[in-house]
Amino acid sequence: MATYTYPRYAYVPPPELVLKPGGPQTAPVLIVGAGLVGLTLALDLALKGIPVTVLDEDDTVSIGSRSICQAKRTLEIWHRLGVADRMVAKGVTWDQGEVLLGDEPLYRFDLQPEPGHRFPAFINLQQYYCEQYLVERCIAEDKVDLRFLSKVVGVRPGDEYVEVDVQTPDGVYQIRGQWLVACDGVRSPVRTMLGLPYEGEVFDDQFLIADIRMTADLPNIRRYWFYPPFHPTDSVLLHRQADNVLRVDFQLGRDADAEEEKKPANIDRRLRMMFGPDARWEHEWSSVYKFSCRAMPRFVNGRVIFAGDAAHVVSPFGARGGNSGVEDADNLGWKLALLIEGRASASLLASYDKERGAAARENIRQSTRSTDFITPKFPAARLLRDAALSLARDFPFARAMVNSGRLSRPVAYAESPISSPDDIMATWDVAAPAPGMPLPDAPLLDATRGEVWLTEAVAGRFAVLSFAERASSLDGAMARAIVDMADDIPGFRPILITRDRSGAPDGWTTVIDKSGLAARRCDARDGTTYLVRPDQYVAARARRLHDSWVLAALKRATS
Amino acid sequence: MSTLKSDLNLASPDDIYNLIVDAHKSLSREQSEKLNAALVLLLANHVGDEAVIRAAVAAARKSLSA
Ligand SMILES: Cc1cc2nc3c(=O)[nH]c(=O)nc-3n(C[C@H](O)[C@H](O)[C@H](O)COP(=O)(O)OP(=O)(O)OC[C@H]3O[C@@H](n4cnc5c(N)ncnc54)[C@H](O)[C@@H]3O)c2cc1C
Repeated sequence: MATYTYPRYAYVPPPELVLKPGGPQTAPVLIVGAGLVGLTLALDLALKGIPVTVLDEDDTVSIGSRSICQAKRTLEIWHRLGVADRMVAKGVTWDQGEVLLGDEPLYRFDLQPEPGHRFPAFINLQQYYCEQYLVERCIAEDKVDLRFLSKVVGVRPGDEYVEVDVQTPDGVYQIRGQWLVACDGVRSPVRTMLGLPYEGEVFDDQFLIADIRMTADLPNIRRYWFYPPFHPTDSVLLHRQADNVLRVDFQLGRDADAEEEKKPANIDRRLRMMFGPDARWEHEWSSVYKFSCRAMPRFVNGRVIFAGDAAHVVSPFGARGGNSGVEDADNLGWKLALLIEGRASASLLASYDKERGAAARENIRQSTRSTDFITPKFPAARLLRDAALSLARDFPFARAMVNSGRLSRPVAYAESPISSPDDIMATWDVAAPAPGMPLPDAPLLDATRGEVWLTEAVAGRFAVLSFAERASSLDGAMARAIVDMADDIPGFRPILITRDRSGAPDGWTTVIDKSGLAARRCDARDGTTYLVRPDQYVAARARRLHDSWVLAALKRATS
Repeated sequence: MSTLKSDLNLASPDDIYNLIVDAHKSLSREQSEKLNAALVLLLANHVGDEAVIRAAVAAARKSLSA
């Protein structure tokens, strides 16, 4: 490609083939696949102190640009792992989208209308950059043993461990994991070798995806055209990416000849109609795709756990694929770490299955609806779709029906077994994060670190988050009880959010909510307390700080 | 939440019926289908009540086999 040189990562002959130890070694966690998901999980576990071995058949990053839209929640997770700022600096930040009919704008949507967040709604950054930054971070991390040109060719699940056969340039060896996480993509060889089901729907419509390099004066927004003059039969999606690369996505219909469409001359003809006679571009990469929405009925199968595309795949309208895979890793990492440290029961993994299974179903529901709108399957579906489009010019209600992709947001775990229900007497603003929802972000001030963000303050370990207008008004006995409790739980942090730090309790991290946004977004009053999970999701909330309540909620969140 | 009205709810049913039929006058079959689609969406939004719309959809489906 013109703008990107694929890195070649060094293959190191594995100790199993060089030193020839007695028998297969057992890693606490074995990850198959160093894509977005496997790399995210590896880093998260390593930063929690758990050694991981990652096996990938390749020795470079994702070939061709697949994922480009990296969502706010994904960036918050990657920030915890220390790579997000680099991505934001390289990527193109956007919050808005525009939908057009013909060449007439129908409406715009703003995914993050209110300021006061560490990260934008989205950045566009090519998947190969994201993976590269994650790989470099993994290589710098002692606890990640990242092995390239290491293809898993056999899997044998057992009661105590899972054993795999790994094929390398130097031959095949065996290695075991107490847990094996298959992050080996949509074709998941692990899933196939174990004969596990992966069911769903394949869509017939074809899409031409062209990444081109072009210096154009375009706004940083996502644009979606229905029936544009330059492609009157179908729809077109346009995104800006890093390095002045544009992603153009042409809907081709069912009957298009993929081989013909892929020819550079034919792609150029389409681009010429879109960008006019004077435009100049270079091809970066292109491909013709069909999309599908599929999922495994269960993500946890004994000691083999599936995450990312291996577990579920969606059509790309809504950018829910990679983003939901990273959320899988985020959900799984702390649970596996607690299990391996012996501080949680094995049943905790059932919550991964439950929470991420529900998220996958929601993502599939959303992306199927978008795909059905974009590619109507029968004549009446097209009739109603087109009616919604033409009404949308004059009627706001119809704009809401126009579905060019509902963009990725974290899914709320409404029925999580590890959330504690709200007290039935307590009332909460509907926008405040209920148990099973991620904590919102807000700007804060820390005495030593200066500006910090709410999502940074709670990252990585369990946190008790209490609010008090004046720090001195926090119940002193309870504050001490929480500190005593925290001493027994590694990494557990009590955090006080206040406007006036004088008289702050010992052992609490006190942060100032100068703008009042944290309190507003959490619908907080004096004494309002949240128990936040290591993945920044709310496990429980109450209107009053109480140590026995915290203990009970913590117990539930780890069992 | 209300239920789908099955008794007369129009002051002058003949007028409304003819109003809708007249809207299709001189339209091709294809244009008629488009008009109906737009009408359905406009009225559905006006009704606003999911239960009522569901009941109307079910009733309309049932009328096909009558
Ligand atoms: C055209 C397109 C556009 C997209 N746009 C977006 C977007 O804007 N936003 C978004 O969030 N998502 C998007 N996606 C989806 C996104 O690309 C995927 O969801 C994401 O790559 C999934 O990551 P993963 O780590 O689960 O799998 P993969 O990225 O597929 O990684 C799997 C890894 O496993 C390795 N592997 C496979 N088999 C073996 C084996 N036997 N042994 C060892 N290693 C093995 C592979 O080498 C690979 O590195 C898009 C996808 C497409 C196709």
